[in-house]
Amino acid sequence: MTPELILFFLLALIAIGSAIGMLLSRNAIHSALWLVLNFAVGSVFFLILGAPFIAMVQVTVYAGAIMVLFLFVIMLLGAEVLRQDSRVLPWQRPLAFVLGTIFLGAVLAFIFLAWGGGPLPIALVDDALRKFGSPQNIGKVLFGKYLLPFELTSLLLLVAMIGAVVLVKDEKKISNSKSQTSK
Amino acid sequence: MNPIPTSYFVALSAILFTLGVTGVLVRRNAIIIFMSVELMLNSANLVFVAFARQFVDLSGQVFVFFVMTVAAAEVAVGLALIVAIFRNKQSINVDEINQLKG
Repeated sequence: MTPELILFFLLALIAIGSAIGMLLSRNAIHSALWLVLNFAVGSVFFLILGAPFIAMVQVTVYAGAIMVLFLFVIMLLGAEVLRQDSRVLPWQRPLAFVLGTIFLGAVLAFIFLAWGGGPLPIALVDDALRKFGSPQNIGKVLFGKYLLPFELTSLLLLVAMIGAVVLVKDEKKISNSKSQTSK
Repeated sequence: MNPIPTSYFVALSAILFTLGVTGVLVRRNAIIIFMSVELMLNSANLVFVAFARQFVDLSGQVFVFFVMTVAAAEVAVGLALIVAIFRNKQSINVDEINQLKG
């Protein structure tokens, strides 16, 4: 039981616990906060795996921007208190639990029995590998080999922004003003 | 310095992914469903970075970068959709969004 393994199991427990907390919360804001905790633990995992840049991007983009957007919308819509489950099928939750456990058992059996994990990863401690996940190295790959996908993601973000603005525009006001100008 | 075997990370990612799938299937609040989808994307990111370390190839981390970008774009559009639906129906219970039903 090396210290790294103990740390990993502790963090894995927090990650799984926060995911379960997100699923079981009745209040949507509590769910969002549990998910923020899950992302923070994910960021620590990225640090363990030698990806410091991705860890910081996770905290900044995922936990810092996406989850804040979620919280804004939850508070805007007043959706934090969920209404009473009116027509819930009574056998749905236990069946979901059972089927999920069977699926998970099959996947874990495959991972540990059939695959085995492959060769053990090398420790990233020698001088060449210490800067493995540094921004400089990621930049070299991102703007070198993956330049086209990078430009396409900028186009994707533009499309998403336009789509979000169009979707939230108030259509009644526009049709009212059009009918008034046509008279 | 004992690196943790990659299979442990893949197993953790499988558990988180299964929890995300369960969340999408069982919950009826559209925002919670959306958050479960984010959980699934995050578990995929974990696998990408774990394999990037195993094969000492930075393509895995660059792909995580792209996944995060796509997730951000998807969240923006998806939440705009939810706001638009809420404006019409005053509810985000996915059981009540059934107007396309034949």
